[in-house]
This record gives sequence, C-alpha cells and structure tokens, in this order.
Amino acid sequence: MTGERVPDKRMSEDEVVAELDSGMTIGIGGWGSRRKPMSLVRAILRSSLRDLTIVSYGGPDIGLLCATGQARKVVYGFVSLDTIPLEPHFRIARQSATVEAMELDEGAFYLGLLAAAHRVPFYPTRAGLGSDMLTHNPGLRTVTSPYDDGEELVAIPAMHLDAALLHMNRADAAGNGQFLGPDLYFDDLFAMAAEHTYMSCEKLVRTENLLDEGSVHTLRIPRISVDGVVEAPRGAHFTECPPDYDRDEAFQREYAATAKDGDAWKAFRARYLDAPSHDAYLEAVDGR
Amino acid sequence: MTSATLDEICVVALAEAFRGDGEILCNPIGLLPMCAGRLARATFAPELAYTDGVSVLAANTLPVGDPDADCVTEAYVPYRTMFDIVWSGKRHVVMGASQIDRFGNQNFAAIGDYARPKAQLLGMRGAPGNLINDTTSYWIPNHSTRVFVPEVDVVSGPGYDRMRDLGERASRFHEIRRVVTPLAALDFETTDHRMRLRSLHPGISVEQVVENTGFELVIPEDIPPSRLPTDEELRLLREVIDPHGLRKAEVS
Repeated sequence: MTGERVPDKRMSEDEVVAELDSGMTIGIGGWGSRRKPMSLVRAILRSSLRDLTIVSYGGPDIGLLCATGQARKVVYGFVSLDTIPLEPHFRIARQSATVEAMELDEGAFYLGLLAAAHRVPFYPTRAGLGSDMLTHNPGLRTVTSPYDDGEELVAIPAMHLDAALLHMNRADAAGNGQFLGPDLYFDDLFAMAAEHTYMSCEKLVRTENLLDEGSVHTLRIPRISVDGVVEAPRGAHFTECPPDYDRDEAFQREYAATAKDGDAWKAFRARYLDAPSHDAYLEAVDGR
Repeated sequence: MTSATLDEICVVALAEAFRGDGEILCNPIGLLPMCAGRLARATFAPELAYTDGVSVLAANTLPVGDPDADCVTEAYVPYRTMFDIVWSGKRHVVMGASQIDRFGNQNFAAIGDYARPKAQLLGMRGAPGNLINDTTSYWIPNHSTRVFVPEVDVVSGPGYDRMRDLGERASRFHEIRRVVTPLAALDFETTDHRMRLRSLHPGISVEQVVENTGFELVIPEDIPPSRLPTDEELRLLREVIDPHGLRKAEVS
C-alpha cells in the first residue's frame, strides 16, 4: 500500500540556508535546550546571514546566534539551557546591549504565534497588564473589549515569520513531521506562522511507516506547512531529542563555559561550529 | 522522629499556602517548593492535582529529583495545555524572586537598567500571566535587604499596588497568597495589601526579620510561631518525598 504521488522536499542544511536572507525574521521550534534544529542553526552560523530577528522559546539557538553577532533582535519568553538555567552567551549579549530584546510573557508569546498562524492581527490576553512587559515593549498596545464588560486587554501582535526551522523525530520526504517525545511544544504554530518552513528530522521514513513508532496523535506537522525536509540524525545535538537521545550535558557544559573565555569560544567555534557539514560536526563531537 | 530542621519548617510553611485551594493544579517551581506541594497533597489537600515537570500530571506521590520514579499518570499536560490552565485560573504557582517589594512586585527578569542590565536573569518567563490569572506564592531562600527591596528594578510579576491601579475587573484573579523564607512566613492580609509578617520560624526574632527586610513590614502585635511539622509529615518528607535531602541545599 503506498500513498498517492507527493512532492519530494528533501534538501540539505546548506540548501535551506540558501533560501534565507539577511534581515529576515526566523522562528526556531523546540523549547530551551530541547529538540532544537541545531544542524540548521549551525548552517546559519557558517553562512554570511546577518541582521536576523530570532523568535524562539530560546535555548542555545539564541545563544549561538548572539555569540556570532548574527542576531540583531531576539523575541523570547526566556532563554535557558534547562540544566543551566541562564543561557550564558545570551546574557553577555544582553548585558553588553549588542542585541535588541523583545521579552514577552511565555504564554503571550504563544498567542503571538497563534495570531500569525490564524492570520489575525493580534490575540487578546490579560497577561502583561501591570507588569513591565508593557513598559519595556512600548510597541505593545492594549485593546478594549467590544462587549459589555469593556475589559482592557493586551493585544499580542501576530509574530509573522519569514521562515521557521524545526526538528522532528521522524518525517517523510513530503514534509509530514512526527514528534515522539513528551511535548510538541509550539512547533506546529511556528510552521503555520511562517512564510516558509524547513524541518530537519532524526530519520526519514516512508509515509506508510509513519505510524510504526507513534500513534496518529504524534503526526502534528502536516506537509501543507512544510517547504523543505532535511534528514539529520542527531540533528538536535547537544539539545535533547527523546526518545532518540538525551541532552549531551557534558558538551552543553563545554559550550556554556566558552561564554567567559574568548579563546575557548574561538577554539569551540573552530572545532565544532566551523565543521563544514553536519557529518563533520558529529565526527568532531565523537572525536573529543 | 528527630525534631524538625529549618528546611522542613520552610516546606511545611509553604505547604500551608495550598490549604483550602481545592481541586486545582498545584504548580510549585523549584525543589523545596515541589516538596511542599507534594507534602500538601499527601496530607491535608489530597484533591490537588500535581505536575511532575515533564508534560504529565502524576496521581501518586513521587520523590523529588528522581526522573526514573514510577509515575501514575492521570493527565497529559504539554506546555500548550499548561498555558490554557494558567489562563483558566485553576492553578496555584510558587515562583522565586530575585527582588520583591512591600506590595509583592516581583523581579526575576533582570537587575539594573533593562536596556543594558547589570545582570540578565530569567526574563519575564510566565510571571506576568501567572500573577494576573492565578494564585501565586513565593519561596525566597535568601531573606536579605538585597532581595526585599524598596523598589524592584523590573516588575515581572505585578504586586498589589499595580493591580489596584488597574482596577477591580483586571485584578479580580490576582492573589499573592504567601511568601516563605528561611526566617518567616509573610502574607498580604492587610487593609492596603502591604506585606505582613505572618509567622516566625523557631529561634527567629522579629528584629532579625526587620533587619533583613529593605522596607517597612506590617508587624502585628501577636506573631504566632510557624507550625511545626507533624511526625507523619516528617516521615513523608524524609522517607518518601525527599529521601536524599535535596531540599536542604536550598536553605542557607
């Protein structure tokens, strides 16, 4: 039994990056140091892309793009490595004001993605009223309920993305994505909020095999929102990608330690980040 | 049972914050607060629902810091559902604070000038939405004038004065139930919702609390001692909830 003929969207990391431009707003799926599309992020690090706005439930994706200076602005609810609560490279960028920050309540952030996905200008929420989220984001507006209650709410603007990058456990060549871990996070909304979505996966499988490892409930990224698929085993390294693998805590500590030491950062970058391909990166990781 | 140690008194003081909450999501963040939530549910508040931290609600009492413990799963709560619960209001969250003021304005976002902070901390995280939608308590392991300040640098979680300015409708779900520190339990049960000394932990004087608080607290005439754990609470805490004593690292 086979499906009807469907498009083949397979690409390489570098082909994905060739579709991106400097100045773009790029959303990155995952959460903190969990299931981040790191092989795609590293392809950006190797490129000449700059002046990027990065929209993310932030982890090392934001930290790395701050460290290389390619992020001009970051939009986030938090930036964390989970077991290392504060992302050290991001902290340095904030504390030296080298990156513009739009910090939102992490639930409000979800509404911004949802509004973009639904193509409405905003979603209202109570979150943010009374806090400095409004003080420090003077662009955020409130809206008055048109109903009898007349309640004033924060209008979280749609976070339109030029491109979204995701990493899934499994996918088919047509762009149907599957998460097998505990949480999809907001990856489906990133995909729908973006003009173009590029999805890496641990393993490409045939469409008819998508239910081999997970129930139908895990097929949450339909191909209609996906433009390109990259097969990247261990593509989320060093972030976690259960059930395929846990976070590489030792490597994450090594990465975090480079924030305080310029020479260590240079060496880390040369050894791992400048590796010309995902395979070369994995070779460097395994050879340490 | 040997007598209770300070960390155990703090756990019980924080567990008491959940008394009377009914069938809601108990969502303490941090290790000692997790001990408190699990203890409350295992004893006087069995109707509380409890997160295990990784996308499910656990029906049984799990030990803290043990990801391999056998979890009896009763619901699937990925982050998206968690935000829906936050906004629907059936939740009592415990957070930390790098700074807090007399009306309960909390900061764990950044220290110094926001545009170029001296120290970037957690960011807003869920504080703005938590405070305006759910009951919130705080566990503050460092009771000092650096944390209890006249004015916080950034308001991530709004306090009672800011809520008063927003009006009754916007503030109707806001409640800061309790602040627990290694010195005392505090609350906002005063006419103008200024922070009040609620109970003193054993061996702590009013003067110690006042000295370590950077603003004027409401000090009632009679201040009860913080409740001591029962033998059953000590047993649960020491043998079931936190057999390795991980909570002790959070109390200086």
